[in-house]
Amino acid sequence: MVDVRSGIGEPLPPPEVEDVELYHPHSWWTRYVFSQDAKIIAIQYATTAIAIGMVALVLSWLMRLQLGFPGTFDFIDADAYYQFITMHGMIMVIYLLTALFLGGFGNYLIPLMVGARDMVFPYANMLSYWIYLLAVLVLVASFFAPGGPTGAGWTLYPPQAVLSGTPGGKDWGIILMLASLIIFIIGFTMGGLNYVVTVLQGRARGMTLMRLPLTVWGIFTATVMALLAFPALFVACVMMLFDRLLGTSFFMPAIVEMGEQLQHGGGSPILFQHLFWFFGHPEVYIVALPAFGIVSDLISTHARKNIFGYRMMVWAIVIIGGLSFIVWAHHMYVSGMNPYFGFFFATTTLIIAVPTAIKVYNWVLTLWRGNIHLTLPMLFALGFIVTFVNGGLTGLFLGNVVVDVPLSDTMFVVAHFHMVMGVAPIMVIFGAIYHWYPKITGRMLNEALGQIHFWVTFLGAYLIFFPMHYVGLVGVPRRYYELGEMAFVQESVHTLNAFISVMALIVGAAQIVFLFNLAWSLRHGREAGGNPWRATTLEWQTPETPPPHGNWGRELPVVYRWAYDYSVPGAAEDFIPQNQPTPGRMSHEAVS
Amino acid sequence: MSAPIKTPAADTLPRPAGLAGLASDWASDQRTFKNVSWGKAMMWIFLLSDTFVFGCFLLAYMSARMSTTVPWPNPSEVFALEIAGAHVPLILIAIMTFVLISSSGTMAMAVNCGYRRDRRKTALLMLVTALFGATFVGMQAFEWSKLIAEGVRPWGNPWGAAQFGSSFFMITGFHGTHVTFGVIFLLIIARKVWRGDFDTERPGFFTSRKGRYEIVEITGLYWHFVDLVWVFIFAFFYLW
Repeated sequence: MVDVRSGIGEPLPPPEVEDVELYHPHSWWTRYVFSQDAKIIAIQYATTAIAIGMVALVLSWLMRLQLGFPGTFDFIDADAYYQFITMHGMIMVIYLLTALFLGGFGNYLIPLMVGARDMVFPYANMLSYWIYLLAVLVLVASFFAPGGPTGAGWTLYPPQAVLSGTPGGKDWGIILMLASLIIFIIGFTMGGLNYVVTVLQGRARGMTLMRLPLTVWGIFTATVMALLAFPALFVACVMMLFDRLLGTSFFMPAIVEMGEQLQHGGGSPILFQHLFWFFGHPEVYIVALPAFGIVSDLISTHARKNIFGYRMMVWAIVIIGGLSFIVWAHHMYVSGMNPYFGFFFATTTLIIAVPTAIKVYNWVLTLWRGNIHLTLPMLFALGFIVTFVNGGLTGLFLGNVVVDVPLSDTMFVVAHFHMVMGVAPIMVIFGAIYHWYPKITGRMLNEALGQIHFWVTFLGAYLIFFPMHYVGLVGVPRRYYELGEMAFVQESVHTLNAFISVMALIVGAAQIVFLFNLAWSLRHGREAGGNPWRATTLEWQTPETPPPHGNWGRELPVVYRWAYDYSVPGAAEDFIPQNQPTPGRMSHEAVS
Repeated sequence: MSAPIKTPAADTLPRPAGLAGLASDWASDQRTFKNVSWGKAMMWIFLLSDTFVFGCFLLAYMSARMSTTVPWPNPSEVFALEIAGAHVPLILIAIMTFVLISSSGTMAMAVNCGYRRDRRKTALLMLVTALFGATFVGMQAFEWSKLIAEGVRPWGNPWGAAQFGSSFFMITGFHGTHVTFGVIFLLIIARKVWRGDFDTERPGFFTSRKGRYEIVEITGLYWHFVDLVWVFIFAFFYLW
């Protein structure tokens, strides 16, 4: 096995690849707008993702207003409510989380962390962002199209997605949604190929895969998965677009609408569900794996301790990535598929708990007797672990067929996936922004504002989603515009719904503090210096902060050790950067 | 694009034997795939992703075909032509397949000439490949028009399951689009080879990077892939 800590004292490998030619921008436009610099592209990706994410946040407010205070707001009718649900879900999962983790953090961190000057194909990388922006614009256009955006639910299940009873089903809504997804996938593929090839083929001297920071491992594995999972969504979108536009019947069975027999016949709605979830389940881990990776680095850095079980962490990431391709039908227990399928998929689903548990144990063991600094990134990282465990445990309920059947389509499911793939990854995103903002801008984010942001978000998220589990357990279905007079819905549910809605408004508003902090600290934040967290990974060792185009100045970095040399006994400092040769070998080897 | 530099075996780090050696090879420093350039690695990974696209299309088609309750039109009859009074099943498809597979042959020859830096032969062979590709797309257009004239539509056809027409147009259309893109790439690269861009190290129009003759091989990878996909479409759609 590759010993992650060995290699110190081995002869330095010769360079295998010539230094790259970079495109040198001549004008403001090519430097900051049509930039081929991965770091600028990362900021463009992140800004766009956060902007469209704010739209989704407001949509969630509107939904909660309706659920908490039904009948109070005239402008929210049933159609609008379904449109809010659909757009909130799709934007958050695809256009915010996927784009921010892979397009944002991937672009910024991969070249810096592996010691490269840039992504391997900067031009395709630039195209990737502009195509992503086009996808976002097409999506936003559906808000202004006749009939409004689609209200099919974020899973877009046919046949209802393309029928006239669904908002946008016979108008522009569903067409623009499918078109936007197709465009997104094309754009993502361009970026994704870059991330994968950069990690595989563009590393610095001495940077073996087993010396990569776990952040890179997480983003890399997630990108590989995305390249294999998005094709299923692509195909599903193309086929549904044909069903809607050309009158084909891929997903449309013989169906009567408004007393009228439609022209469709012989298609399979279940086929769509299989294609959608073959993408949809890996998508959960496409969002979660970068979060796993980033949180490992945050915990190790801010606890001043090497990550516990690095090699197991890597294998866990890879195994989770592989397993997540054979669990998709656990989203379909009630779809009427063969029960033996349910048995198989329940088994694989529960097996994923093993590598996931390994990761959680390793995070906790990293913290164990560490020198824990309760900095903002650390707070968010701790918030992530707790939230992820919570959401993961309810996943065990939903993964079992017999328990899932009564819980299907209740608010319990909503609470579960918001905990595990909503709140948990968002916690990591916040932690990561607090962690890397000093590198991106050269200034620290404001600590006091950050504390307010963390505590309101963290506690608020629990006040929103814990009661929601209960609401789901008593049987309140999801995706209902209003509950009305249902015998099984106790009075307490209505009170809780109002409470959840108020909390949602507060937590949403707390994000304004965060956005203000981002803007304010840009000018007024404390000067950070090159390595404010005293971290080991390469991005903190750049000659300049923020790093210029080309990252490293004249000499590419050379890597001598893994990314987790914190608190090494006998070392002068409590961290040893990856590019620092062992003392004593420094003299001639470093310049060779 | 950076040129791959060969790593002599003596210069590599000492590594453990057996399985551990396998792991350390994969994890090895700087590059996982030694002597594979960035462009080639990217094309291979893209093709893997594209395999999943075609795989999903074909699986969706197969599941439709297997679950339909109406008879599926017989492809040998549908794709038969009357030639000189003789009724020949699948003849056009056979010719199309032959043309496309021949184009893979000329492509392979072009790659060989490219590495020998024979500008004229490389460019000519790529042109021939593109010509074969264009012929293929042309014959496909003929096939489409014939079927449309006989009443096949995406939403129905005179002989049976509506999914026959929809799958046919979708899958062959998607594959035809791939071939068309391939023809365009071939023409662009052939022009660059002819002009000697890779000898004079002329920077690319969009990327402003110097190209290398290896791009011929990378285009070839794409072309062979499109060819291979056709074999599967041929087997699963026409021969089934």
